[in-house]
Amino acid sequence: MPVIVREKAEKPFVPKPDDDLLVCRCEEVTKGDIREAVHAGLRTFGEVKRYSRVGMGLCQGQTCQRLVRHIIASELGIAIDGVGRVKGRAPMEPVIMKELALSRRDSKGVDDYAE
Amino acid sequence: MPNSRLGKRSADVIVIGGGVMGCASAYRLSAEGLSVIVLERDEICAGASGRNAGGVRQSARDVRELPLAIYAVKNIWPTLGEELGVDTEYVQKGNLRLGRTEAHLEKLRMSVTENTEAGLDLLMVTGTEAREICPYMSEEVIGASWCPTDGYANPLLTTFGYYRRALDNKAIFITGITVTGLGKAGGALRKVYTDDGVFEADRVVLCAGYHSRAIANTVGIDIPVEREDEEVFVTEQLPPMFDQVLGTADADFYGHRTKHGSFLLGGVSGLQHFTSNHDGHPADAYTAPSLSRAIIGFFPVFADVKIIRSWSGHFDACADGVPVISNVEEVPGLTIACAFTGHGFGISPAVSLAIKELVTVGESRAIDVSELRYDRFRAKQ
Repeated sequence: MPVIVREKAEKPFVPKPDDDLLVCRCEEVTKGDIREAVHAGLRTFGEVKRYSRVGMGLCQGQTCQRLVRHIIASELGIAIDGVGRVKGRAPMEPVIMKELALSRRDSKGVDDYAE
Repeated sequence: MPNSRLGKRSADVIVIGGGVMGCASAYRLSAEGLSVIVLERDEICAGASGRNAGGVRQSARDVRELPLAIYAVKNIWPTLGEELGVDTEYVQKGNLRLGRTEAHLEKLRMSVTENTEAGLDLLMVTGTEAREICPYMSEEVIGASWCPTDGYANPLLTTFGYYRRALDNKAIFITGITVTGLGKAGGALRKVYTDDGVFEADRVVLCAGYHSRAIANTVGIDIPVEREDEEVFVTEQLPPMFDQVLGTADADFYGHRTKHGSFLLGGVSGLQHFTSNHDGHPADAYTAPSLSRAIIGFFPVFADVKIIRSWSGHFDACADGVPVISNVEEVPGLTIACAFTGHGFGISPAVSLAIKELVTVGESRAIDVSELRYDRFRAKQ
């Protein structure tokens, strides 16, 4: 985690013609939403995600991550490595709750699906 | 070596921790015209504030912290979104705390009696009445406590709302910096040591969650907290079903539907103290299945619902289950707000008001926090 100093942005937010471009399809987040989040003071992928829901949907950012990182980096004028990445969350694909409920693990650490 | 590009290294107040408590405190203190620097080891809203189901609950709170919850719900939550310029997604449609056995009902009745005596408006309802409020629950529910003024909000947008307002007020936030200790000068707190040099301030607010303990230890103060892990499911988006916040007498699970349409459903396996590897990835193989069984037991309707994500996080569980919100007499200049035990978010707007008063006038006047002192802990014998 690099050290980042944050102070209020002095320049006003400047809209761009392609701000309506849909970037995260799962959560319907546009390029403009991401640019505005950065302008509001958010500096990392994790922060932009929590603020705008980008990468929180069905694909968990696996589709849009590259694009989002580029937009954040270009808005901040920094290298893409300074932006961070989306963190994958289990389950990696949607699971029906009753299936999870059937998974039992006993004290020996053995999964038992007998039920 | 200290890093010169960090700029300013002294302020009227240094806040340690960039979660909801730190951001809200920075907002309130900077609004008083004080210069504020917030130091955060990770990023903004990364700890328990970013891994948070967002309950704004008064019911079933310990009476020592109940005044904070009642104050926040009455005076701050309804207009907070407007104040911060964000949609906090605050919904006030009540909280049902469910019981399936006579022992559960006894526990709920005791809590209702205590909370009522402390001034909260809530009551016991029968299973049938509970199903009239929320028709989806199982017939196994035989009674519940019902607090119509409880609700929920979005902890992420609330935290970032406070953060943005604090920036507007000229507060400076430095992230990716780890506080390693505190130091006195002339009998009062003055220095904040970090892995990137020393900062100085007249006042320090310590609200770093679980990490607060180690930091307070460097000036001889110990708050008995343990790290406790929890997991939360995010379901697929569902049509509107009900808006009540759910909990159970035995804390089997908790949750609610979000504005976005997903349900957030969280809890623990009961084995979490012994199964987590405590390395920053506290998800374990017991919790998700256990939580699923608990949820389906109370709400069969969820059996066929898809879970699309889960997250795990940890909080600072206090020895007696309520936070420390207090100035520290032995260390003039130090204000501690930690040990929130997993239910800090709902009271955070009120806690930040108490913190502001503790810092600026030396005592919390609007809200009684006298039972939440740092020196209340006593050994058994």
